[in-house]
Parts: sequence; structure tokens; C-alpha cells
Amino acid sequence: MIGAPVAIPLALAAVAGLAAVPFVVDAYYLALAISLLQFTVLSTAWGLFSGPTRYISLATAAFFGIGAYTVAVLGELLPWPLVLAIAGIIGVLTAAVVGFSTLRLSGVYFVIFTFGLAELIRQLVVWYEVNKSRVLGRYVFADITQTDIYWQLLALAVVTFVIGWAIARSRLGFALRIIGEDETVAQHCGINTTVAKVALFTVSATIMTIAGAIMAPRWTYIEPSIAFNAMISFQVVIMALLGGAHRLWGPVLGAIPMTLLFEFLSARFPSTFTIIMGVVFLLIVYALPRGVIGLLQRLANRPTKRSEAIS
Amino acid sequence: MSGARSTTPILETKALTRAFGGLVAVDHLDLSVHPGEIVGLLGPNGSGKTTALNLISGLLRPDSGAIRFDGYDIAGAAAYRIARLGIARTFQLVRVLDGMTCLDNVKAGLAFHHPPLPHGEIETRARTLLQRVGLERHVQRAVSQMTYIDRKRLELARALALAPKLLLLDEWLAGLNPSELQTGISLIRSLKDDGLPILLVEHVMDAIRSLCDRCVVMNSGRKIAEGTVHDVLADPAVIEAYLGAPAHA
Repeated sequence: MIGAPVAIPLALAAVAGLAAVPFVVDAYYLALAISLLQFTVLSTAWGLFSGPTRYISLATAAFFGIGAYTVAVLGELLPWPLVLAIAGIIGVLTAAVVGFSTLRLSGVYFVIFTFGLAELIRQLVVWYEVNKSRVLGRYVFADITQTDIYWQLLALAVVTFVIGWAIARSRLGFALRIIGEDETVAQHCGINTTVAKVALFTVSATIMTIAGAIMAPRWTYIEPSIAFNAMISFQVVIMALLGGAHRLWGPVLGAIPMTLLFEFLSARFPSTFTIIMGVVFLLIVYALPRGVIGLLQRLANRPTKRSEAIS
Repeated sequence: MSGARSTTPILETKALTRAFGGLVAVDHLDLSVHPGEIVGLLGPNGSGKTTALNLISGLLRPDSGAIRFDGYDIAGAAAYRIARLGIARTFQLVRVLDGMTCLDNVKAGLAFHHPPLPHGEIETRARTLLQRVGLERHVQRAVSQMTYIDRKRLELARALALAPKLLLLDEWLAGLNPSELQTGISLIRSLKDDGLPILLVEHVMDAIRSLCDRCVVMNSGRKIAEGTVHDVLADPAVIEAYLGAPAHA
């Protein structure tokens, strides 16, 4: 572990370096950088909740889509910061309602529910648009450039890491680790497990919602099937599992290589892309059950074990 | 310990009932534990002892009946509320947090007190508790590498970390070798000497004889006997429950 006096200046320097990226790269690489940041934010936010609790959530697309659709509806009516704030509030409310109604479920029931959630919200939006507003598909009018999107995502990524760092050191973080180990024991230690899980689910989902809102201006035209694309839920799970969801820094280690890989595969093999993705998913689960970060820890632990044996 | 009977019980169940489908696992059970006493809950396998503990600790909800603990009606309350009110337990199949160190396991029982303990005190108390159960040499040990008895000790330390007013032990002494058993019995007796009332489900007769002030015997969910260890073990209904009906022609 690097001590805080070294880590904080290093982190600040890294953020400053990343903030300068739009000045030095062309439009293609800026777009790639946006993808990288988007998946970094989403998979880290996913890991905030699913890492300690070990609940596999496929609801990423639901919250990302809520954020994007909020922008599509309100983008030209209100100032941009207000739009983001409203998206965040809708995210908090939805996550709290969904959390309280579903986090009593566990295992595969939870996975299926979260998968259904994105579809449910998409169908609700379609129903509303067809029957009430009578528009299916909206143009996104917001005066936001690619560079703006990049900087906002970078800021959101920093916020996500700071929140994750703070939670890991809090009583809430400790409670969630215990829940992840054994929920019954957690309850018998006096932990209100429902409140703890809903609190973290809400934090994680709100970050995803804001990420969706920030990303919306990247499309000029949004319809429910674009905003609530289930693919994004699976991509985020794969990335976080590849990196290792049980550590705050784990999902990034999966998000970066996977985003680059998806970019490469979808350009080279557009028609067979999803099949290849499925195979990659299988390989990850079999070969790296504890992710890249688990592999790094195993490698790092080898010399210490030897030194223990000597002493 | 007959003097203890005159006080108000710390725990009292009245007509406690819970069924699983057609099987009535606990059937109108009346049970009480008074301050400072150790009550043994005995009975053949499947007689409903663990279910009774699960109802008291909030892991299961009763279908009917009342549970009064320290002046509160806790029947059907959430497990975390019951834990905060002061009931701690161990489990028949040991439950420790395998991915954590010994110290963190005990801290799990200390970190969620109401009101919260100061941070420094959590650390000190955790070390004291590990010492009390004889694990002071294993503070930073990974729990997954520990032996069975040490895991049991750790689970007890975590239960004690709640600073309970009542301790439920579910076959905590099962599976220990003779010398470990003596250590275990004296550890439980030392808890009683500190004034902690204990309700223990146990099969080990040595432990029951040397620890319990009073016993309640269950069979098929019902209470079939209650009294001193000597009396209940001589009770014909108890003998029949354990050994089957005498072979009358």
C-alpha cells in the first residue's frame, strides 16, 4: 500500500494529466477516451455495490438509460447543471424504490429482477411516449461538446473514487463486507442489512444515472432501445469481474482493456462481435475468478509467504 | 440457584409456535431464563431446539406466541433489532467470517453498537475478547486457516462483543475433544460468574450436568419436562423420548 502523502499528489497529477487529454488528441481518440471513462465510471460504480455484497446487478442499463432519457426530455428546457441534478434525483428515487422492493431477494432472483428492471422501465417509457407524448424518439438538443463530456466524465470518475474510498473506511463499508461474507451473521451483529444494502445500491445507481445523463448529448437522437440497451449492463459486469470487483481499483483494470478490446472487435468483426464477447466472458470467469487484481495480489503475496516461512 | 426463580425472567416465551408446512417444529413452548442462570434446552435430534433459538434470535418469525425479553416484546422483530436489544448467539454450524482476520471478526460484533463505541475502544475491546476466549495469539490470523475449536472460540468472542444481556449457545461444546471440552466448560462458567444468563442447546451430558441450573426438555416441538438436571434426566417421559417407549407386551 502506498501511503496517503504519496498517493494524493500522484492521484492529483494523474487527474491533471487526464484533464489535458482533449488538447493533445484528435476526435477519434477523444471519442475513445470518452468510452474509456464512461466504462471506468460505470464499472467502478457497479463494483461499489456488487463488490462487497456479491449481488450481481444487471440494472446498469436501467439507470444509465434513465439519465440519458432525462436529458432527452429536459435537455433544451432547463440549464445543463439543473438537468444533471434532476437526473441524479430521479436516479436516487428510482434506486431507493427498487432497492427496498428487491434487496430482500438474493442470488439468482436478484440477478433476474435487475435484468427485468431495465426492460420494465424501457417498456414504461415506450408506453408513455406512444400513448401520452406521442413521440417515439427524441432529438437531444444540448450545447455540449465532446470535450465537455470528457471533462464531466472525468469529474464524475474522481467523485466516484472519492466516494468509494470514503465508504471503504466507514462503518457502512465494514457492514457491507460482513454482509458479503454472511448476511445472517451481519444481522446478528446488529446491522440493519436492508438499509445498508439500499444505501449503497442508491449511491451506485445514482452515479450510473448521472453518467447516462452526461453521455446523452453524444447521441443526437435517442429512443428507448438506444438509451436502455441491455448490452451495457453485461459489458459493465464483464469489465468489473475481469478487473476484480472486491477492490475499489479493480474494475478499472478490467474496464480499460475490455473497452479497447470491444472497440477493436466491433470495428474488425462487426457481425460476430456479440459471440466473441460471450466467449471472452466465459474465459474470464474460468481463468480469473478473482479478476486481474486477484492475480496481482497472488503474485505480490508469493515473496511475503516465503519470508514468513523463514522467520 | 432456586433464588433466581423469584426474580422476573430476562427471557420468557409464551405458547411460542412455528410450523414448516405440516410439521410443527415448535409447539406452544413456554420457556423462561432468569438473570444469572444457565438453562439447558435438551431433546432428541429434530425436537425443535434450534428452531426455538432461531425464533428467539429473530432468524425466524413465530407463527404465534409471545417472546418477552428485558421488558420488550420481540416476537417477530428483525434479527438486527434483537441483537441490539442484547441477545447474542452462536450457530450450530459455526458461522465465522472466513474472508477476514480474527480481529475483524470480533470487531464485527463491536462496530454496530447503539450508540456507537469510540474507535479506540473497539480495538481494545476486540483484543480483550480474543484474550478471554484464548485467541490472543491469533489476532491477525486469517480465519480460513483456523482449527474447528478456534473457529468456535472466535464465534463466541463475536457474540460476546455485542455486550449481550442474554447468550444463546447452539451446541457450542459439540465436537470438542475431552481437554477442549473442559476448557470450554470453564469458559462458559466464567461467563455465568460474570452474571451473563445463558440458554444453551447441548447434547454433551458432562457439560449439562456441570453447567445447567435448570433444564427444559423438548420432543416433537413440545416441552415434555422442566426442572433440575437430575430430575429431568430421571423423568420417564424424557427417557422415553430419548430411548423409545419401554417394551410392554
